[in-house]
Amino acid sequence: MKINTTNLNLYYHKFQALKNVNMDVKRNLVTGIIGPSGCGKSTLLRVFNRMNELIEGVRTTGSVLIDNEDIHSPMYDVILLRKRVGMVFQRPNAFPLSIFDNIAYGPRVWNISDRKTLTEIVERSLAAVDLLDVLKDRLHDSALSLSAEKQQRLCIARLLAVEPEILLMDEPCSALDPIATGKIEELMLELKKRYTIVIVTHNMQQAARIADEVGFMLLGELVEFDTAKTVFTNPKDKRTADYISGRFG
Amino acid sequence: MTFRIGPRTSQVIAYITLLLMTAITVIVLLFIIVYILKNGLGQLTLEFLTDSTREMGKEGGILPSILGTLFIALFAILIATPLGVGSAVYLVEYTKGGPIRRIISFGADCLAGVPSIIFGLFGFIFFVISMNLGWSILSGGLTLAVMILPTIIRTSEEAIKAVPHTYREISYSLGGGKLDTILRVVLPSALPGILTGVILGVGRAVGETAAVIFTAGSSLGLPTSVFSSTRTLAVHFYILAREGISMPKAYGTAAVLIIIILVINFIAYRLMHRFIARYY
Repeated sequence: MKINTTNLNLYYHKFQALKNVNMDVKRNLVTGIIGPSGCGKSTLLRVFNRMNELIEGVRTTGSVLIDNEDIHSPMYDVILLRKRVGMVFQRPNAFPLSIFDNIAYGPRVWNISDRKTLTEIVERSLAAVDLLDVLKDRLHDSALSLSAEKQQRLCIARLLAVEPEILLMDEPCSALDPIATGKIEELMLELKKRYTIVIVTHNMQQAARIADEVGFMLLGELVEFDTAKTVFTNPKDKRTADYISGRFG
Repeated sequence: MTFRIGPRTSQVIAYITLLLMTAITVIVLLFIIVYILKNGLGQLTLEFLTDSTREMGKEGGILPSILGTLFIALFAILIATPLGVGSAVYLVEYTKGGPIRRIISFGADCLAGVPSIIFGLFGFIFFVISMNLGWSILSGGLTLAVMILPTIIRTSEEAIKAVPHTYREISYSLGGGKLDTILRVVLPSALPGILTGVILGVGRAVGETAAVIFTAGSSLGLPTSVFSSTRTLAVHFYILAREGISMPKAYGTAAVLIIIILVINFIAYRLMHRFIARYY
C-alpha cells in the first residue's frame, strides 16, 4: 500500500469538498480517479502533496498515510513530501527558461549545483520521457519553443529529476490532441514500472486504457473504488453505472 | 427621419481618429527632439564633450556636468532598485493583498505624483542639512533614489503580480520553498517588467532638475568623490538659459542630455529584448 486515506474530509471555509474518502493506492499501479467536473477529484489529488494548503481557508480531517506515515503530522516535512510526491498539471507549463534550466530547477532547489551532476540528471530525465534524442543538441533553447506534447513530456521530466516515488497527474492530456495523448499514455504505462501513479481524468476511455484501479467520485464522495475492469464492466453502485454509461456528467 | 452612421463608416472614423492621435503624439515628440538637436548639434565638438567648463559655462565644455549627471543617476538607481524590487516582492508575495499592501500601494502612487521640487526641499533639509552630507553627489543621488522609488515599486509590483500563479505552484510542487520560488521563478519571469520601471527611473533621474539643484548644488568643478558638489546637465542648461550666459551652449547641453537619455533607453530595450527573445 503506497497511499491510504481514512475518513478524509476537506473543507473550503464552510463548503465540504471531500466527504469521508477511504481509499488505498497500491504501489506501482496506475490509479485513476474519474467523475464529473467539480466532484473533488483534483482536490483529492492535491491532498497527497498538500498543495491545497496554498489556498486560504482549507481544513482537512481524517488521516492520509504515505508509506504508513501521516503526512499531516506536525513532524512531517512538507518540502520532503513534495519531493516524494510530484505533480503534473493540466496544461503543459514549462517555465520561461531553457530546457536545461527547466529540468535542473528541482535539483537546484535541492542544492545540486555541480554542472556535471546536473547534466547527468537532465539527460537521464529526458531519456526517461523519450526526449533525449530529439533535444540533445537543443538543451539551451527556450522550453516554450516546444510543442504542447513535448512540453508536457518536459514537465514530466522536470518532475522525474527530483526523483519522486509517486506521480500525481491532474488531467495531463486535456490540452493535447489524440495522437499526443496516446504517446503520453504509453509513457505513463512505461513509468508505472518505477513509480506509483495517480491520475485524475474526465476521459473514461483514458481511465479504461491505462488505469489498473479506478475510483469514481461524485459531489465529494468516493462512490466506488475497484479494479478498472469491475468499475467499467460490472459497477456495484447505480450512480457509477449511470455515469459510465453516459447518463450524466 | 434619423441620420445613422453605418458600421463601416464608424470603423473608418475610429481608425482615422486613433491614427491622428498617434500622429500628433509622435510629431510633438519628434519636433522637440529635432528642434533641440538642430540648435544644439552645432555645439557638439569633441572639445565640448571633454573639456572642463570655463567662465560659468560661456566657454569650454561640459565634461563635469556629464560625469556629475551619470554619477548621480547611477547612484540613485543602485539605491532605489534593490529597495524598490525588495518592497514589491514583500508586498506581492508576503502580504497577500491585505490592507498593508493597499495602504503602501496607495502611498507609493501618491508619492509618485509629488512634484520633484518637494523632493528637492526634503533632500535639502534631510540629507544636506540634517545628515550633514552637504551639496554632493551623495545627497543628490539619495534624493533621486527617494523620488524614483515609488515608480520602481509600482512597476515591479505589477510585473510580479503578472507572473502566472501556476509557476509558483509548480515550484512548490517540486519542493521549492518560498525563497527559491521568488528568486528562481518569480523574479526572472518578472524581469522585463521590472526593467521597464528601472528605465523609467533612470530617465527621470537623468533629466531631473528641481530635486538636484537643492541637493547636489551647482559646482562646475570635476567631481572627485561622492562628496563633491556637482551641476547636472539639466541644472547647467537651466542656469545657462535663465541667466542668459550662452544660448548656444545651453542648446548644446540639452542636445547631450537628450542623446544620453536616448542611448540609455536604446541599450536598456536591447538588453530587455535579448532577454525576452531568449526564453519567451
